[in-house]
Amino acid sequence: MTNKIKIKIDGKEIITDQGKTIVEAAHENGIFIPTLCNFAGALPKGCCRMCTIKINNRFMTSCTTPAAHGMEVENNTNEINDFRKGIIELLFVSGNHFCPSCEKSGNCELQALAYRYQMMVPRFPYDFPMKSVDGSSPYIIKDQNRCILCKRCIKTIKDDQGRHYFAFKERGHKLEVLLDDKMGKEISSALAKKAMENCPVGSIIFKEVGFEVPIGQRKYDHKPIGSEIEN
Amino acid sequence: MKDRIIEIISKYNGDSTRLMDILHDIQAHAGYIDEATIALLADKLTLSAAQIKETVSFYHFYSDKPLAKVNIYLNDSVTANMNGRKDVLKAFEDACGIKIGRVTTDGNIGLFSTSCIGMNDQEPAAIINDRVFTRLTPYRTKQIINGLKQGQHVKELVVEGCGDGNNALPIIDAMVYNNIRRKGALLSHDYPLFTVIKDILPKTSSEEITDIITESNIRGRGGAGFPTGLKWKFGSRAKGEHRFIICNADEGEPGTFKDRVLLTEYPEMVFEGMVAAGYAVGADIGLLYLRYEYKYLLVYLNGILENMRKNNFLGQSIAGIGDFDFDIRIQLGAGAYICGEESALIESLEGKRGEPRDKPPFPVEKGYLNLPTVVNNVETLATVVKIIKNGAAWYNQLGNKDSVGTKLLSISGDCRFPGIYEVEWGLKISDILAMCGANEVQAIQVGGPSGTLLGEKDFDRELSYSDLPTGGSMIVFNKNRDLLSEVVLNFMNFFIEESCGTCSTCRNMPYVLRGKLLKVINGRGVKTDIEDMVNWANLLKVSRCGLGQTAANPIVSSIRNFRHLYDALVQKEIEYDSGFSLETSVLESCKAVRRQPLFHHNA
Repeated sequence: MTNKIKIKIDGKEIITDQGKTIVEAAHENGIFIPTLCNFAGALPKGCCRMCTIKINNRFMTSCTTPAAHGMEVENNTNEINDFRKGIIELLFVSGNHFCPSCEKSGNCELQALAYRYQMMVPRFPYDFPMKSVDGSSPYIIKDQNRCILCKRCIKTIKDDQGRHYFAFKERGHKLEVLLDDKMGKEISSALAKKAMENCPVGSIIFKEVGFEVPIGQRKYDHKPIGSEIEN
Repeated sequence: MKDRIIEIISKYNGDSTRLMDILHDIQAHAGYIDEATIALLADKLTLSAAQIKETVSFYHFYSDKPLAKVNIYLNDSVTANMNGRKDVLKAFEDACGIKIGRVTTDGNIGLFSTSCIGMNDQEPAAIINDRVFTRLTPYRTKQIINGLKQGQHVKELVVEGCGDGNNALPIIDAMVYNNIRRKGALLSHDYPLFTVIKDILPKTSSEEITDIITESNIRGRGGAGFPTGLKWKFGSRAKGEHRFIICNADEGEPGTFKDRVLLTEYPEMVFEGMVAAGYAVGADIGLLYLRYEYKYLLVYLNGILENMRKNNFLGQSIAGIGDFDFDIRIQLGAGAYICGEESALIESLEGKRGEPRDKPPFPVEKGYLNLPTVVNNVETLATVVKIIKNGAAWYNQLGNKDSVGTKLLSISGDCRFPGIYEVEWGLKISDILAMCGANEVQAIQVGGPSGTLLGEKDFDRELSYSDLPTGGSMIVFNKNRDLLSEVVLNFMNFFIEESCGTCSTCRNMPYVLRGKLLKVINGRGVKTDIEDMVNWANLLKVSRCGLGQTAANPIVSSIRNFRHLYDALVQKEIEYDSGFSLETSVLESCKAVRRQPLFHHNA
């Protein structure tokens, strides 16, 4: 039997199992904490900082911090929500995200979060960086313009020997996620589809099929992101 | 070639956690790490080529493109620039006929820029084929390039002779000077080496050693200041089939060079401190992570380890203590400031990119190879030896109430006597400035770029963990310096260059802030730009590690303490300026097409 523990999020007491992360505990209890880089089944890596919360006056990422009995978590506060909005804006200005022409529009978590946090015009200046598009794989287009470097593809798309199809290249402001040349050419159609599904934005696009589900009928077209969690 | 690579891989038993060493060996052999080698490595280590590139591309000193026969890495620290780096760079570029970042067409000389190499007390400095050249002038630069062109070996280009102390040992043979200006409890030569290992450890239990360290109240000397005794206690309690002691010698905070001096003159004490820590924590393996910039010390340090093994100060049953086995290996870094962060250092030790880990778990529980690991600074470990010898009470007499003991300061910049000063905690900034012979001081950067820029009104503040904590970097700026364009901008460039890029905040925000800073420096700023910088910088607080959280400090602390410099630069008559200039933006293309457009707004 697992140990049950109690934690408080914004004053609301919830019960969860020992060993769960704060974000897991929150979502199971109908409390929304936004995430981007977190992905069920893969080790959390706190890259996007969207799920930042405050415990004991310290900022922590709720995807990497295990819930502990008696913890008091600040989540839906003005301070934290403004940080989250700031992160979304920062991701928008540091890439080239043109939603209307993107195949992922409506299914894109970054776009959905921007709506949820009511981003109108980013407070930061657009960088309009020069980015490349790699179409050398028979099934995948890797578009660096839209990549938010969340590592989801790196963590989840591997071959049966555990080798990564995707990997970081360079560091800091020059950081990119590359598709391995050789493995990208050999990737199966099924895995390529999975890669596109796992990508929160439109940086990994499956070739051959486009706009299968029309805009207007997509995941976040009618209900904001998080509404599937909130009760 | 292929055989040699396979040989190198088998030298490290095909262990992908030794990728750093494998890449160092390959680069030493082949000059760079090419596509075919990456494919071969990927195949042998069961990784994808992209995964190998992930590590190769992270570190400044690995290259996947051909380098030159002689590669010059010219330091770009603020102090180098204050001492004439610009002219030295121009001399290099003119003499080589290339711009920085390039290799000459004959492939003989490569010229590159690099972040602070730990020579702030003897700038401008460069690393030329792993040999450090200090105090460069345009005149010397020309001589060096002429010598190279005439086919001289890099070693033959040295006319300066050797530095002082052990720098002159044939095994080091460096022109680096120690510049030790003030010795105190740590640096005074009153300790017969290896007394702790020989005489004290055999008579003292591991718990008692930890207790002495706890009672001494020493805190981590790298800058973060975590109590060392507590760290050892946590490490000894954590379960694992091995425990590790890591000595963090990735001294990368611009302006510090104390570890360079400790490793040159007091390496035995550093290693002895590792052995004592190993004994206290119950560790069996020690790793010293040496920054690549100090590679010139590697053979010397390995020689000392070899001597220690011969004397049973390392190895099995050390000093006759039956169950105490401990040995030390030195891991060479490859150029990444972030690896000074303890969990990033551990990732690097495992052959990966130096990306800090999420905490918890802390390294004391799950560190190197997910086993209990204690990471201590070079200075902490050297000090520990004297504390064990002289007792906690002896150490508690030093310093002030809040911060016990002494601290090595690396002082550089506008002062007559840059170098290493050992001082007791509690010293006033004004005393530090007087001590190093600094006049007409405008500002002092305490704790390196991640620290804080102080002006005159703060000169009576004292060094202490509660008020002014520091890893020891102190850079002095006189009244002739332009703090914004010479100092703050240099520090922001540094943080942009050295971010690992994993966190969305630290990857992007310093870049955005630098854009604002440049707007102000270029005279296009308005008042709200200053406020924006302060507000936007807050977002960095949610970054994972200390680098990210402090990456805006140069801007924030200079706005706090030197607001008048910003106010003087911003435009008073307007409230908004986009910062965009059509004329400047099309300048390049105008040059290319050799015609000037008629701008409507000028007509």
